[in-house]
Amino acid sequence: MSSNGSLDSAIPPGPLAEKWTNYQAKAKLINPANKRKFNIIVIGSGLAGGSAAATLSELGYNVKCFCYQDSPRRAHSIAAQGGINAAKNYQNDGDSVWRLFYDTIKGGDFRSREANVHRLAEVSTNIIDQCVAQGVPFAREYGGLLANRSFGGAQVSRTFYAAGQTGQQLLIGCYQALEKEIKKGGVTMYPRTEMLDLVKVDGHAKGIVVRDLTTGEVSSHAADCVIMATGGYGNVFYLSTNAMGCNVMAAFRAHKRGAYFANPCYTQIHPTCIPVSGDYQSKLTLMSESLRNDGRIWVPKSKETAAKIREGKLSGNDVPDEERDYYLERKYPSFGNLAPRDISSRSAKEACDEGRGVASTGLGVFLDFRDAIARLGEDTIRSRYGNLFQMYEKISGDNPYKSPMMIYPAVHYTMGGLWVDYNLQSNLKGLHVLGEANFSDHGANRLGASALMQGLADGYFVIPSTLPSYLAEVTPGSVTTDAPEFAQAEAEVNERIEKLMSINGTRTVDSFHRELGLLVWDKCGMARSEEGLKEALEKIPAIREAFWSDVRIPGKADGLNMELEKAGRVADFIDFAELMCHDALDRAESCGGHFRVEHQFTPEDEAVQSGFTNDGEAKRHDDDFCYVAAWGYKGPGEKPDLHKEELDFESVELSVRSYK
Amino acid sequence: MNLTLKVWRQESPNDKGNIETYEAKDIPAEASFLEMLDIVNEEIIVAGGDPIHFDHDCREGICGACSLTINGVPHSKENGITTCQVHMRKFRDGDTIWIEPFRARAFPIVKDLVTDRASFDRIIASGGYISVRTGSAVDANSLPVNFEDASESFNAAACIGCGACVAACKNASAMLFVGAKAAHLNLLPQGEPEKDKRVLGMVRQMDAEGFGNCTNQYECEAVCPKEISTDVIAKLNRDYATAATREAVE
Ligand SMILES: Cc1cc2nc3c(=O)[nH]c(=O)nc-3n(C[C@H](O)[C@H](O)[C@H](O)COP(=O)(O)OP(=O)(O)OC[C@H]3O[C@@H](n4cnc5c(N)ncnc54)[C@H](O)[C@@H]3O)c2cc1C
Ligand code: FES
Repeated sequence: MSSNGSLDSAIPPGPLAEKWTNYQAKAKLINPANKRKFNIIVIGSGLAGGSAAATLSELGYNVKCFCYQDSPRRAHSIAAQGGINAAKNYQNDGDSVWRLFYDTIKGGDFRSREANVHRLAEVSTNIIDQCVAQGVPFAREYGGLLANRSFGGAQVSRTFYAAGQTGQQLLIGCYQALEKEIKKGGVTMYPRTEMLDLVKVDGHAKGIVVRDLTTGEVSSHAADCVIMATGGYGNVFYLSTNAMGCNVMAAFRAHKRGAYFANPCYTQIHPTCIPVSGDYQSKLTLMSESLRNDGRIWVPKSKETAAKIREGKLSGNDVPDEERDYYLERKYPSFGNLAPRDISSRSAKEACDEGRGVASTGLGVFLDFRDAIARLGEDTIRSRYGNLFQMYEKISGDNPYKSPMMIYPAVHYTMGGLWVDYNLQSNLKGLHVLGEANFSDHGANRLGASALMQGLADGYFVIPSTLPSYLAEVTPGSVTTDAPEFAQAEAEVNERIEKLMSINGTRTVDSFHRELGLLVWDKCGMARSEEGLKEALEKIPAIREAFWSDVRIPGKADGLNMELEKAGRVADFIDFAELMCHDALDRAESCGGHFRVEHQFTPEDEAVQSGFTNDGEAKRHDDDFCYVAAWGYKGPGEKPDLHKEELDFESVELSVRSYK
Repeated sequence: MNLTLKVWRQESPNDKGNIETYEAKDIPAEASFLEMLDIVNEEIIVAGGDPIHFDHDCREGICGACSLTINGVPHSKENGITTCQVHMRKFRDGDTIWIEPFRARAFPIVKDLVTDRASFDRIIASGGYISVRTGSAVDANSLPVNFEDASESFNAAACIGCGACVAACKNASAMLFVGAKAAHLNLLPQGEPEKDKRVLGMVRQMDAEGFGNCTNQYECEAVCPKEISTDVIAKLNRDYATAATREAVE
């Protein structure tokens, strides 16, 4: 692996559909008696970390699992609403492993690695079996069999769900398995404990430095390998559908220690969230994409009508059908309201930019159930979406059975993450990265109901098979916290905490986070331009400077101090935002969630003239950018180093992504 | 709107703790209760004080972290919501609001309004699961589940482990929490083989943690943000009796 050569993704040989089977047949194994000798650190107890920790312990390894919440059950996977995909073809509607694979590759705008995605589609079916056996109460039909629904970017019904609480039910299944292992002694759980640094010994990841959030104590843990499953970095935008504590700290610390960060600019803006209502707002709430199965998205055809709605002079119900623009149905007749997320979000932004938004701020479109209620009755709609409607009413104060919901896109998921090879190992040996924290399967845009699938695939099925290929090469227990690298890392962590505590400035941590978030949303959000990104890159260092000289952290470091926790996370978000903008600037094409205004289809393009795609859609440049951009850390404020993993498409033909 | 807050402050687990008064000024009616506390905390910090600590994460009623007793009621008087789903439009200008932690012997206070609810995790670890070795499961549709049982199991599985049921109960009983987990798993065919072990294990751990007995006060059901019914307690009592009898016979 040279600094500018292509990264080695360790894809096994053979035809695509046989790679995983062959890999498993030939993979290295660890003898059962030896497994107990290996210590494994897992950071994160969400679907990815929790399933990995429970499974590895069951196999006989010694596991330490860390999370920042008070209980592993509260990881943000809990909040996933809509569902989880699997190629079961229980509906007999033509689904297959190949189709799930193809939809995911196309959905990702041809920027993901074929071999990984195919493996994901293959193991998807095992996940459902595993979860049902654990007692996950998926929705069922009257005959007692499992029910399915449709999600964006697919024309089959392959999504399994548990009302609007799919993530909760999957996570509880995984958490219960984890608790069982904790009681058995295979897993030691460290809740309310935050990873503040990764420790490298002889070039391999061998441990971490953590802070006990209750006592403030900083300590080290050594292991034979480290698994990170610390979730996504959506909170770099301040407002997102992520939980308040979601952060990039663990991933960024690993990055600073040498792990490459891949495609940080690929972020997903979810089309159906409750619009922002004021500056006091702390987070945004998602309304599940499943609502788009029955809800129709529209804005008024005329700006004048929209203005009247914004001013409260007219309500959505008063607008007759011929004055409504069901813009997704119009632009994408074959997918309609189930067009993929990036496309749906951008269309909402366009409608609002044209002055046709309907929320009082101008940033909102309607999601209307009037026709579905007339067709199916209110009871059916209630049984499908009752808890989502209730949630909407609680937040907005409006009754969606009576008047259309108002929605607007919000930051939701991050496709980018630490670079990993087929084994889910980082370029930094010994470090493995799972779930949303890695970059692996979703390319430039993730399809709905595929993150839960990926997290559980990584944790239950992939890492238990791939980890031995690393472990077989190490002597168990060869590194302890006596290695000088631990003392060194601990000293650096303590120094950083002391520095934060001693600034004693005038501004709160949140004020910096909000400032950063607004800038990143504006310049590196739904639409990006060279000019805007350059401007952001100029402004971020000033925010960093102000933060490190003027932030105010009250209290002491030797006990529970939530401002100190936030400060550590925001400090990393500031540095990370820079990395994200560098990546977005470098990628001079549009693909999936990364939309560069300079690169879009115009009426002159052939694909537009032939009616294959629309004017204004994202335009990729495959000749120049068909690669994964993996960035290496160069120092504070320095431009990171680009390493490329060229993407080879052997089984799928690269094409213009059309959902017409 | 302007409000007066009476907030429980406690520096550390062993500190005595007391109620402090704060003025919350210019609070937008659209803000959530926790956003109101964010605004107050920003002012406290700028003025050089230590902000009010409270647990929270998802802020959308699902993670179970938030846990405030507001005007004497865990979460809210309104049915079916968590603290983070309480919105300020439900209050009136000039109101005085009392904010305390979820109180129970088995939930020691960590700081201010933050409590330690790890006792719930230990209850789950004592039987609240179905043992399946990863990869050994049969095809999911080979286990059809009767629609009614599936729905009832799902309703019980909605528990978010917040502990409001305990905080609302004058005996600090955890029967609703334990009953919900037992019902979720015992109602499914997959849960059948470990049913006895499950209820005995969880109930014994619950007692060991210092939760009180259930004397049918129904306060738990009234505050449960997921509106879990006390039917699960009746079911737990039946399942426990059967399991204990079988254990005694063996
Ligand atoms: C509102 C919402 C709805 C969604 N709905 C769907 C859906 O319907 N279908 C779908 O497929 N996907 C959905 N997603 C996406 C999906 O839920 C997530 O991508 C996925 O659950 C992430 O799982 P994870 O295990 O990677 O991370 P998480 O569940 O976020 O877990 C991260 C873990 O890492 C720990 N952690 C983080 N940093 C540190 C640190 N520094 N030190 C110690 N511990 C740390 C946390 O404590 C936590 O345990 C949704 C996401 C959101 C936000
Ligand atoms: S913060 Fe998650 S339930 Fe309230």
